[in-house]
Amino acid sequence: MSWLQRPATATQITHAARLWLYALAVAVMVFLVVPTLLVIPMSFSGAQYLEFPPKQWSLRWYESYFASAAWMQATATSLKAGVLTALLATPLGVLAAYGLQASRTRFANALTMLLLTPIVIPVILIGIGVFYAYVKLHLVNTLLGLVLAHSMLALPVVMMVVSSALKTFDMNQERVARSLGASRFQAFMLVTLPQIRFTVATGAVLAFLTSFDEIVVSLFISGGDHSTLTRNMFNALRDQVDPTIAAISTLIVAVTSLLLVITQALPRAKPH
Amino acid sequence: MVRSSSLPISIRQLTKRYGDAHALDHIDLDIRSGEFLTLLGPSGSGKTTLLTVLAGFTRPDSGSLKFGETEMICTPPHRRDVGMVFQNYALFPHMTVAGNVAFPLTLRGVKGAEAAQRVEKALEMVRLGGYGARGVDQLSGGQRQRVALARAMVFEPRIMLMDEPLSALDKQLREHMQFELRQLHDQLGMTTVYVTHDQREALTMSDRIAVINGGRIMQLAAPREIYERPANRFVAEFIGESTFVPVTVAAGAVAFGGRTLAPATAEADGPRLMMLRPERLQVLSPGHAEGLNLLDAKLNAAVYQGDSSLLQVTLADGTVVGVRCTSLGDSANGALEPGARLTLGLAPRDTVLLPAESAA
Amino acid sequence: MTSASAGVAVDAMLPSAGAPPNARALRSADAWERRRLLGLVSPAVVLVTIIMVVPVAWLFYLSTQSDAGSFSLEHYRRMWEQPSYARTFVTTFQVSALTTAICVLLGYPLAYFLSELPKRTANLCMIAVMLPLWTSMLVRTYAWLVLLQRRGLINSWGMSLGWWDEPLALVHNLTGTLVGTVHVMLPFLVMPLYAAMCAIDRDLLKAAANLGATPAQTFRRVFFPLSLPGLSTGALIVFILCLGFYITPAVLGGGKVIMVSTRIASDIELFFNWGAASALGVVLLVLTTLILFVASKLLRLEGVLRGGGTR
Repeated sequence: MSWLQRPATATQITHAARLWLYALAVAVMVFLVVPTLLVIPMSFSGAQYLEFPPKQWSLRWYESYFASAAWMQATATSLKAGVLTALLATPLGVLAAYGLQASRTRFANALTMLLLTPIVIPVILIGIGVFYAYVKLHLVNTLLGLVLAHSMLALPVVMMVVSSALKTFDMNQERVARSLGASRFQAFMLVTLPQIRFTVATGAVLAFLTSFDEIVVSLFISGGDHSTLTRNMFNALRDQVDPTIAAISTLIVAVTSLLLVITQALPRAKPH
Repeated sequence: MVRSSSLPISIRQLTKRYGDAHALDHIDLDIRSGEFLTLLGPSGSGKTTLLTVLAGFTRPDSGSLKFGETEMICTPPHRRDVGMVFQNYALFPHMTVAGNVAFPLTLRGVKGAEAAQRVEKALEMVRLGGYGARGVDQLSGGQRQRVALARAMVFEPRIMLMDEPLSALDKQLREHMQFELRQLHDQLGMTTVYVTHDQREALTMSDRIAVINGGRIMQLAAPREIYERPANRFVAEFIGESTFVPVTVAAGAVAFGGRTLAPATAEADGPRLMMLRPERLQVLSPGHAEGLNLLDAKLNAAVYQGDSSLLQVTLADGTVVGVRCTSLGDSANGALEPGARLTLGLAPRDTVLLPAESAA
Repeated sequence: MTSASAGVAVDAMLPSAGAPPNARALRSADAWERRRLLGLVSPAVVLVTIIMVVPVAWLFYLSTQSDAGSFSLEHYRRMWEQPSYARTFVTTFQVSALTTAICVLLGYPLAYFLSELPKRTANLCMIAVMLPLWTSMLVRTYAWLVLLQRRGLINSWGMSLGWWDEPLALVHNLTGTLVGTVHVMLPFLVMPLYAAMCAIDRDLLKAAANLGATPAQTFRRVFFPLSLPGLSTGALIVFILCLGFYITPAVLGGGKVIMVSTRIASDIELFFNWGAASALGVVLLVLTTLILFVASKLLRLEGVLRGGGTR
C-alpha cells in the first residue's frame, strides 16, 4: 500500500488522506456516463417491457424501428435537416468569426453579442416565437423552416468554436502571406483555413448535432411529413414508455460517440 | 527584363494617433536606394509601427509614403512588393520548406521548373541548399530564420523590411546571423529597413541609424556619429553607457572642478550637459596628460569584470561616474584602494556637450 | 537629402503645412476595409435577425395585446394577481437553485480531481464529461425515466435486494426532475471550472506550503479563492440554463413540477393563449437578462477587488 502513503501534490498531502476525493470523483463520473449506457443492453430486451439485464436477448425493438415508416421518415427528416444545417451554419459561422476577429470596433463587439444571443435566450421563447412567425410565413412543417431555425441555433456554437481557434492562431502568418503577395481572401484560404480545418470540422459536427438533437423548437415547427425524430420520440415518451425508443437511443448514442471520437482523434492523426 | 535592384523610400509627415498618444508624430524620413537603415528605439517608441506602415498593415492617419516615385500610402499590403521578415519567423507549418519559399512565386504565377530553380537558388543563398523537402518542425531556430529570409527574398523585392528578426536567437547565433544578413544585403543590394532595440546590433549592421522615441526621430546619422556625437540626451542614454554632468560654457570652454576643459566642438555660452562615457575616461599616471582634459576624482570601488574593470569614482562636484579600464594592476598612481585620489583624462574630441534640457 | 531630428526645421519647409497629406484618402480606405470585413458577418446577422430577433420582438408586442386585439396589460396584470403564477416562478427558482447547488457540490470535487491528473489521463476522463454533453438530452432524459420509474431499474433492484418493499416514487416529482437536470447540467459546470483550475499556477500552492500553510489552509486560502471566478461562471451558466429548461422537467416532472417553460408550452399547445404565453415569456427573458447583467457586474467586481489578478 505504499502508493497511498506517497504525497499527491506539492503540499505533501498523501493519497490516503484524499481517497474520499478520488472515490467521489469516480462516483460522479459513473453517474454521468452509466445511465446513458444502461439503455444499450436494455434495448436488446426480448420482453414487452424493458428490463436489465434482459432475460431474453432480441432485436425486436430494432426491427420495429426499421420497419416503421413513421420512424424512418422522421429519421430521414432529422438527418437531412442536420446535414443541411451543418452546410449552412458552418460557412456563416466561420465568416462571422473571422470578420469579427479582424475588426476590433465597438460595433463588432455588439454584433458578437447579438450572434451569441440564441444560446442565452430561453429556448422555449425562441420556440414559440419562431412558431408564430412561421405560421405567418407558411413555413410550419417544412424542411426549409426547420433548417433555418436550426442554423440560427447552431450558428453561435460554430462561432465560438472557430473564434477560439482563431484567437490562438498566429495571425502573423496571415500577415506574412499578405506581405508576400496574397490578398486577404487568398491568405485565409491558403494559410489560415488549412491550419484550422479540424476546428472547422468540429464546428460542423457540432452544428449537425445541434440540429439533430434539437427538440424544443422542432416540437413546435415540425410536424406531419417533416416531423423530426426528436419530436416523435418526445411525444412517444409522454404517452407511454415505448421500448422502441431504447433502440433508437442506442443508435443515437453510438453515432454521437463515433462523431466525438473522430473529432478528437483527427488532429492527432496529422501526417507530420 | 532588367529590374533595378532597389528603391528609395520617401516618408513625409507620417502621423498615427491612438487616442491622445502619438505612435508616429509627423515623421519625415528619406531612405536612400540600397541603404541598410536601422530603426532603433525602446519598446513603444513607434519603430515597429513605422515598419508596419511601410508594409501596409497599419494605416496611418495622414502622411505620404513613396517607393521611388510611386505613392504607396493607400496600397494594400499584397500589392506593395516588399519582402518582410518577422520576429517569430511565421513559417507556414502545413507546408514544407520548399513550399514556404515557393509561396510568393506561386502567387505571382511562377510555377513548375522555373519556380523550383528559383527556390533552390534562394535556399542556397541562405546556406540551406537541399533542405527543400524538410518539414518546418524539423528545423532549428536559426534555420527557420533563414528559410523566412529565403522566402522573403525569392521574388527579388526591391525593399526588405525586418522586424527584430534575430531577437529570438541566442547570443552567438545572433552575432553570426548579423554578419550573414549584412552580407546578403550587400550581395542583393535591396533597400533594407531593420527594426531593433539592441543598440549593438544597430551599430554593427547599419549604414545609418534612426533613433526613434515617442513617435519622433531623435537623430538620423551613421553609427559612428550616433555614438560619438549624440544630438540629445535620449540618444546619448540609449546608445552606450554614459553619465551626464551639468556644466556651463563660458568663453568657449568649460570650467569644472577647478580645471578648464576644451569641448569637442565650438559652443555658444550657456548651460550644457557634459556626457562622460566610461570607456573614454582614462586613469592617468602623472605626467601623461598632454592634450587631455583633466578631471579630479576619488575612487569608491573597483569591480573586476573579466575583459575589463569598472571603477566607480566620485568627481569634484559629487557626481558618481563609471570608468572602464582594460588593465587594472599596479598603476603608477599606487595601489588602487577605495579613497585613492585619481586624475582622469578625457580627450577633447570625447568631451561631448548636449543641450541642457532633456531630449526634444 | 536626409532630414535632421523631426520637428522644427522641416515643418517650415512644407508648402501647405496646414493640411495633413492623404488624410481623407486614408480614412476612406480604412472605412472601406472595415465595411468589407463587417460584410463577412452580415449573412449570419441577417439569419439571426430574421429568425430570432423579429419573432421575439413580435412576442413582446403580442404580450401587450388583449384577446380582443387592442393594447392592454391584462396578461401582466393577471400574472401579478393570480397566485398560481407566483407558484410557478417559485418552483422554477427552486429547481434552478437546487440544481445549481447540487452541481457545485458534485462538480467541484470532480473538476479538482481532473485538474490534478496528468494531461493524457485528464483528456481521457474528460470524455466522460463530454460524452453526456454531446449525447442527445432526450436520450439522457429517457434513460433516467427508465431507471427511475415504478418498474424501473432502481426500484426493481432495490426491491429484489430487499432495501425497500414499496416502489419509491422517484419520478414525476421534484426528485426525479432534479436528478435529470443535475445530470444534464453538470458538464456545463465542470468544463469552465476545470479550465479555470488548470490555469491556477501550482507554484502558488508550493509557495503557500513553503510559507507554512497546511494542505487544508492552502486549499482554503489560496486555491479556492482562485477557483472562484471559474466556479461563478459555471454556476451562473447552470442557473440561467435551468430557468428556461423545458424538456427534462416536462418529462421527469410528469406535470407535477410546473416550471415557467412548461407553462408557456401548455399555454400555447392546449389553450392557444398567445397573450398569456408571450407575457410569461417576456418576464422570463427580462429576469434572465437581469440576472446575467447583475452577475457579470459582480464577477468583474470580484476580479477588480482581488487586484485585477483575473483577466
